[in-house]
Amino acid sequence: MSGRLESPDIALSDVSVGYGERTVLSGVTTVLPGGKVSVILGGSGCGKSTLLRNIIGLVPIQGGRIVLGGHDMAGISEAERLDVRRRMGVLFQDGALLGSLRLGENIALPLREHTELTDSLIEEIVRLKLRLVGLADFMDYFPSELSGGMRKRAGLARAMALDPAVLLCDEPTSGLDPITAADMDQLILELRATFDMTIVVVTHDLESLYAIADHVVVLSAGRMLFEGPLKQLAASDDPFIHQFLARQPSRESRILGESWSAMVESRRISATGGA
Amino acid sequence: MLVGLAVDLMRCAGRALRPWRPEKPYLRARTVSHLAWVGADSLAIVSVIAACVGIILSLQAAIQLEKVGAMSYVANLVGFSLVTELGPLLTCLILSGRAGAAFTAEIATMRISEEIDALAVMGIDPVRFLVWPKFVAMAVMAPLLTIWADAVGITAGGIFSSLALGLSGKVYFNQIAYFLGFRDLMSGLVKSAGFGVAITVISCWQGFLAREGAADVGRRTTAAVVQSIFVMILLDLFFTALNYIFR
Repeated sequence: MSGRLESPDIALSDVSVGYGERTVLSGVTTVLPGGKVSVILGGSGCGKSTLLRNIIGLVPIQGGRIVLGGHDMAGISEAERLDVRRRMGVLFQDGALLGSLRLGENIALPLREHTELTDSLIEEIVRLKLRLVGLADFMDYFPSELSGGMRKRAGLARAMALDPAVLLCDEPTSGLDPITAADMDQLILELRATFDMTIVVVTHDLESLYAIADHVVVLSAGRMLFEGPLKQLAASDDPFIHQFLARQPSRESRILGESWSAMVESRRISATGGA
Repeated sequence: MLVGLAVDLMRCAGRALRPWRPEKPYLRARTVSHLAWVGADSLAIVSVIAACVGIILSLQAAIQLEKVGAMSYVANLVGFSLVTELGPLLTCLILSGRAGAAFTAEIATMRISEEIDALAVMGIDPVRFLVWPKFVAMAVMAPLLTIWADAVGITAGGIFSSLALGLSGKVYFNQIAYFLGFRDLMSGLVKSAGFGVAITVISCWQGFLAREGAADVGRRTTAAVVQSIFVMILLDLFFTALNYIFR
């Protein structure tokens, strides 16, 4: 049904990322190792989701090279790019299920497009994929009838439809309650263990980071601050990484907090007449 | 972007016309469902409006033609106006408001909720999946609905003329059969096919341009309807001039 990529490593060398003329991230050089879960970590707006879209090939990079499974994504033809894409599954932030199709039809879509399987076989595969994410009873539901967590799991089932070699997840736990988020983390770990996939997760969720990461890339202020195994992350002497891992508020927020305290204090004084 | 969409549509047409490798069954099913939605579901509103316009034209024609004692020519005016001009224009105005606006809203919402990106990642061409079925539906159904609108309008005008204006039904329909030619009918149908294609391309193009949340869906939908109407009028002028030159 779907072949494996030659090598499921994803190599980024000196990658620059941006929107139009504006560069938001530059000099990203790392290898996201095959068969492992790599987590791209960073604050909001640091360009991590855009980097993921660059890896997928939805947005062209401003500079550098991305080599996915031995294919230089910039130097391949459109047909080859489609072929590589077919071997990667992507979980979008909100699942990105097609609202006009039922859950079963959503998951069947890549199978109908890329295989010549019979309808009954496709239905069997769809049931299997939905069972994998715990949604076997929801095949005939529309995405709008599901909760946010269910939609993400369904998105994962669709990403898995063609048995990809690489799975890319954009904020898989954002907006989920802690239990559902932990379930999602568990699901990602099970996928890695069962299918020996290369998994790349973009997140700013520290709980998720500690639960699933083998390899970590930290991005901030337009550059890559760290890349390496999770156990080396805590040893980093970068102040942003310390602040991020300790969940400390930013300087601006502390100044704002101080000014709020000062305002409350001045009101108290004026209300009591300084007494 | 607009040129890219047109090129993609031509590529889709090329694919659809390959007899040795027919389109995937699920895509054919999408086209059939669009044909039903654009065509059958528009029938009621097109019928009501065509009937009203047929009656209005008979009344307007009667006011003028009565003065010169040429009441039998009411049929000519109703038939000719409907078949060559008002039938295609009104039908496609309805399609622009009903189907074109829905196309834009659907694609714009899909763009914003990353559904179009998801299609691209799955290796499914968004133009082939989303636009082509709409394009076929509009190119086929706009002329068919126009034929229906012409028939309903002429019949309503005839019934009204015989009941309220004292014009014999036999005279009315004889006049229509005698004066309206195949060329008149074809000029209306070519117009409506052109309008249908223009509505689809503009509506889908506007949908793909959506970027900034729910407000942009509304803006794009409004722009699609306004631009469709503007382009329809320009095309109408073009086709009518062409028809006049090569009469």
